[in-house]
Amino acid sequence: MNVKSSLTLLDGSRLIVESFVKSGADIFIGYPITPTNWIYSYSQKRFPMMLAAPDEITTLQWMAGWSAAGYLPVTATSFPGFALMVESINMAYMMELPMVITLAQRLGPSTGTATAGAQGDLLLINGLISGGYPIPTFSPSNMKDCWELPNLALRTAVELRTPVILLTSKEMVMTKFTVDLGDLKELPRVTRKFYDGDEPFHPYKPGPNLVPDFLPVGNDRWQVRFTASTHNQDGIIQHTSPEAMENTKRLQSKLYRNLDSFLRFEFDETPGADTLLVSYGITALAAREATHRLRSMGYRISLLIVKTLLPVAPFFYRIFEHYRRIVVAEENLNGEYKEILFGKNPGTNVVGVNGIGKMISPDDIVEGVIEND
Amino acid sequence: MTKFVETSNLPFCPGCGHRVAVINTEKALERIGLNPLDVILVTDIGCHGIVDKNFHTHTIHGLHGRSPALAAGVAAALRNPDKKVIVYMGDGGATIGLQHLVEAAHRNFNMTVFVLNNMLYGMTGGQGSGLTPKCYKTMTYPEGHPQAGYDLVELIHAARAPYARRLVGRGDYSDIVEEALKINGFALLEIVEVCPSYGLKFNRGKRLDYFLEVSGIEEKLLIHENRQPFTLSERETAPLLSEKLAIEVEFNSDFKGTKRIVASGSAGEGVQSAGEIFATAAITSGLHATKKGAYPVTVGVGFSTAEVIVSDSEILYTGIVVPDVAIITSVDGLGHSLSRIQKMTEDGILIIDDSLDVPETRAKVIRHPFRKETGGRTAALRALAFYNSKVERLFPEEALLQTLRRSKLAGKVKENVLKFD
Ligand SMILES: Cc1ncc(C[n+]2csc(CCOP(=O)(O)OP(=O)(O)O)c2C)c(N)n1
Ligand code: SF4
Repeated sequence: MNVKSSLTLLDGSRLIVESFVKSGADIFIGYPITPTNWIYSYSQKRFPMMLAAPDEITTLQWMAGWSAAGYLPVTATSFPGFALMVESINMAYMMELPMVITLAQRLGPSTGTATAGAQGDLLLINGLISGGYPIPTFSPSNMKDCWELPNLALRTAVELRTPVILLTSKEMVMTKFTVDLGDLKELPRVTRKFYDGDEPFHPYKPGPNLVPDFLPVGNDRWQVRFTASTHNQDGIIQHTSPEAMENTKRLQSKLYRNLDSFLRFEFDETPGADTLLVSYGITALAAREATHRLRSMGYRISLLIVKTLLPVAPFFYRIFEHYRRIVVAEENLNGEYKEILFGKNPGTNVVGVNGIGKMISPDDIVEGVIEND
Repeated sequence: MTKFVETSNLPFCPGCGHRVAVINTEKALERIGLNPLDVILVTDIGCHGIVDKNFHTHTIHGLHGRSPALAAGVAAALRNPDKKVIVYMGDGGATIGLQHLVEAAHRNFNMTVFVLNNMLYGMTGGQGSGLTPKCYKTMTYPEGHPQAGYDLVELIHAARAPYARRLVGRGDYSDIVEEALKINGFALLEIVEVCPSYGLKFNRGKRLDYFLEVSGIEEKLLIHENRQPFTLSERETAPLLSEKLAIEVEFNSDFKGTKRIVASGSAGEGVQSAGEIFATAAITSGLHATKKGAYPVTVGVGFSTAEVIVSDSEILYTGIVVPDVAIITSVDGLGHSLSRIQKMTEDGILIIDDSLDVPETRAKVIRHPFRKETGGRTAALRALAFYNSKVERLFPEEALLQTLRRSKLAGKVKENVLKFD
């Protein structure tokens, strides 16, 4: 038998890089670090432009420069590099410069184990922006997401004028899966739109969806100002003027205002179930398997896979209301998304299935669900 | 009204050297004859940095020390020699962001950096920087700095900047500002000046020349000729996904269920490619497969483990807590997989090279001289083939042979590696 197939054996890194390029990212700027080595080397081959930076602070600054000039830059790193980027990501957030940062998690703290996976950086991202404002964060839960979410991340970055994080993990980007190329849908191209009005341009004047129009520096029509300091609608530094404070608050409200456009999750509901399993990223694979198993054992359980982790969608709490017990599975010690969703002391009806140093297995989740039944 | 900068209300203390630098910049820009929107001013954090509101050019106000990197990104992206990217930074910024200056000089981005060196941190209250001269009193060294700061111009020259110059910023020096602005590529002009509010206050009665002299700091111009400015052009590239990757399903398999296989050997012995060939062969037989590798960060030495999962249905979880099958072809591999072998049950199968000591395990043990038969470099591939041919048939032997022939190992690995009598 000879069946024409489009089955392949490939890794998340390849899908992520190809998706970024197909979606319209212009340039990859980066500094190598495990476990993003494959993303780096694929990018070297595939991006229309690639710049090897001498460190991660430079990476983010160069990206900001390219973004300010109207391009769409992306990078990839893991915790040690991400830590160096923190101040510069805040800068890009304040300047409202579109870009995507892929963070492939590995085992920490610090250098930890470069080649062991983890989901340990979500609390850092949750507190990344000084002031506690959310930064859009997507997490692919399978190979299909590795294809689709980079596209959504770029689109969100452009439409909301913001840096965006694509949060993944070693086991997603360095494992080869059986992927059917036929399952990968065409991706709409993301392009940056520039202000073309005849009224003077104000770089931080909110548009109808609270997002300001954009014009690149260097254009011949209107003066453009970008600043990381507190500023008014013209980008002029202010101490705490009412206009400047409105502008600063808008950085957060524009995200909530437009959340529907970038909220992605999978809700696999069992009517009458009183347990809800919540997971994301690499652990979502085990959670899906555990859900099948539990159902075949007669348990009634629903499954929520979150792909837009931040900002937390208020809608999720409408789902949570219907469950007597919520189990959150993630590969870290204390339950980072659990804490973000339910606080440090969530009560006995919220439990975590956690662990470090190895992937959370379907057995771990099945046990966790049964034990707490 | 001046064309580039509103100089009537500059935000500096009376007598501040930054004021003189800005006025000289205005003069130089006027003479060059650019339009304000041809200029992108990138300012650092520091007293000088609050001047951007006076500029009629494009302005970017970033982070402390990072302005040369931000400006480099803009310059690299614009790729337009008619646009002028200018940086204002202090000696403090040059200290914390030295790496960015070195990199920008070395890559020769098309930009002009003015380091407004007032020999201390103005904005934070007069602490010393890496450029502070010997004996100069700052908040950090109230008795005077014990040694001279480093020579930024020499450093940037050493990084191969086309143009690195220091001048002591007195009066009208706009001709030198103009010269720096006209450089095609990276130019750095360090302007030595004084901060009256801290520098003068801390060092009353001493002349600037005294400090320059005891530190050996002098005006200088250092040039590298014939350097091409940085350019980057867009290129055509081939997609990473194409039909070429597609694995044709040419064979049939009756296998039902899931096998979690760990193959452990040594670096350089083809363990990873063997795992990939095995997984691919499973797919050509209509099965699903995943494959990942584990090896030390120094990839050329020590163990190399391939984890392959083969299943008749979609594989979700890709971990292997307890393998169904462990294939061990070297001492390194045995060491890496030992704890998992010890967890295996009676249902498990351990296939191990007969040169190795068999560890304690409840798994069924099969010993075979893989290394002796075809050598260490093909032991892992042979052991995986042995498993499929002689122990448990997951897919036809022909599938593995076919996959090998189409792999990058074709011609390098003899086909008899896959054959058993
Ligand atoms: C990362 C970081 N560290 C410290 C500071 C605080 N800071 C603000 S300005 C400054 C020094 C400014 O000195 P200099 O660059 O020489 O400029 P001047 O004020 O003298 O013009 C410092 C340390 C900061 N803004 N960012
Ligand atoms: S503190 Fe010093 S550097 Fe800052 S504006 Fe005043 S004189 Fe200038």
